[in-house]
Amino acid sequence: MIARLTPWLLALGFYFAFAEQLALGTNVLVMILLTLSLDLCLGRAGILTLGQSAFFGMGAYVAGIVALRVTEDPLIGLAVATLASAALGALTGALILHTEGAALLMLTLALSALLEEFANHATAWTGGADGLQGMKLAPLLGTFRFDLFKHTAYLYSLAVLLVWFLVTQIVIVSPFGRSIDGIRQSPARMRAIGTPVWWRRLCVYTLSAAMAGSAGALSAQTTRFVGLTTLSVLVSGTAVVMLVLGGTRRRYGAFLGAAVYVLVQDYAAQINPFHWMLIVGILLMLTVLFLEGGLASLPEALLRVRRRESKR
Amino acid sequence: MSPPALSVRGLSKAFGALAVTRGVDLDLEPGARVGLIGPNGAGKTTLIHLLSGTLRADAGTIQLNGAAIERLRPEHRVRRGLARTHQINTLLPESNARDNVAVAIAERERLAWRAVWYRQRWAKCREEAQARLEAMDLGSDADRPVCELAYGQQRLLEIAIALALQPRVLLLDEPAAGVPSGEATVIHAALARLPSDMAILLIEHDMDLVFRFAREIVVLVQGSVLCRGTPEQTRADARVREAYLGTRA
Repeated sequence: MIARLTPWLLALGFYFAFAEQLALGTNVLVMILLTLSLDLCLGRAGILTLGQSAFFGMGAYVAGIVALRVTEDPLIGLAVATLASAALGALTGALILHTEGAALLMLTLALSALLEEFANHATAWTGGADGLQGMKLAPLLGTFRFDLFKHTAYLYSLAVLLVWFLVTQIVIVSPFGRSIDGIRQSPARMRAIGTPVWWRRLCVYTLSAAMAGSAGALSAQTTRFVGLTTLSVLVSGTAVVMLVLGGTRRRYGAFLGAAVYVLVQDYAAQINPFHWMLIVGILLMLTVLFLEGGLASLPEALLRVRRRESKR
Repeated sequence: MSPPALSVRGLSKAFGALAVTRGVDLDLEPGARVGLIGPNGAGKTTLIHLLSGTLRADAGTIQLNGAAIERLRPEHRVRRGLARTHQINTLLPESNARDNVAVAIAERERLAWRAVWYRQRWAKCREEAQARLEAMDLGSDADRPVCELAYGQQRLLEIAIALALQPRVLLLDEPAAGVPSGEATVIHAALARLPSDMAILLIEHDMDLVFRFAREIVVLVQGSVLCRGTPEQTRADARVREAYLGTRA
């Protein structure tokens, strides 16, 4: 039980111990949520995608536009952004989920590129290359002001992450989640027992899009800025790297991967701002080569090694 | 009179210029035990694919209990009561044996959409899965991942899953293929215990098995039905000998 709660206790500990680093911490939480959304889609359902940035960016822009034009209430912005991303997920998923493998990968890539280009040209709404600036947010629940040191932003992001984490945990163990896992292992088997594979995939894809949209909304709200980079394919790629680094289909794989990635990036960039990618790259290669289940499988791997040693 | 469980008329399929299935007519009464034999390349497996819907026929009709199903997707045919097993094991290798059966039962019970409020019904699915595994002598291996099971056990699991769907028509695609002869008797026994009201079409290379199991035998040669009759008639038929048995016996 304690082990299960460790990441959350660490996150709370971070809040008190590194009060001046909360901007970085908030960024970690947002990236965890994005990676978690990818784990649901790519890890659990086996839907090969490089289009997560489309939903992340959609969430970010919608949250930004809502804050600038409609209401400064952060929760309404978050809700609208999440729903908008879910709608985009359902719509695009319906179009592309009859394909599999490389074809699907290319389609998700194309969709996110299309959306980025669209945002670039729809300057009236998105600000084009300048992005959205000057967002203001009303206090959370009417009481907690979004302060300069990101106290509120951090805890707000942590709460949203917790909610989504619980949702995914509930979904994964349910009969629905098991059928999703079955589709990942063998779509042919699932069709042979009467599973409407396309529909199931569409549901997971939509849920994953909603989560990524929430992550985008948090990113927009906590940094008060939305740029075209939120829609860039690089975001999708980074999320995949974080997921593989941390470990797919593991309870806290996304947590570990995103945290290590962002922190290593931050630390390495301080030492050498031009070559930090090298360190991340080496870390990723080591993980893929020696830790099949990602960093989250490190304890098990160590246990295995120790057992083997003791047998000798 | 009630319609046959499965009724096929003029079923045809060609891959380019190669006609693999040519105007096949086939009827299965409820409780039928029909063996489908034919030399290699006769189109037996293609016929199974056409019936189950993994391949779309070029022409012809398929009726399941009097309702046309030839335009339905495979998963919808399954829900109407047409199940199949696969020649090469198509299981969930990482899941354990019980879950392999339980997800099929959940699908049958329309429970597989649920993400909440499923506890009791899911527990029942697992109980039924356990019972079905025990009926196949797999009860003690229920918790083992499928990839660790012996090949013969995996074949039995395929059959257990198909039965869990409670189909009216069951297509068995070489259930004993690749099974070492020592384990094959277990599969023969399992086939003998199949529900008596279920219509079954068995494709098999193992002639002993076919002639023991089937009450009727359909001989497929080059994509069309050569003849249909009792095992004795089929054995005695000169055309069958010529086309098939002659080269072997």
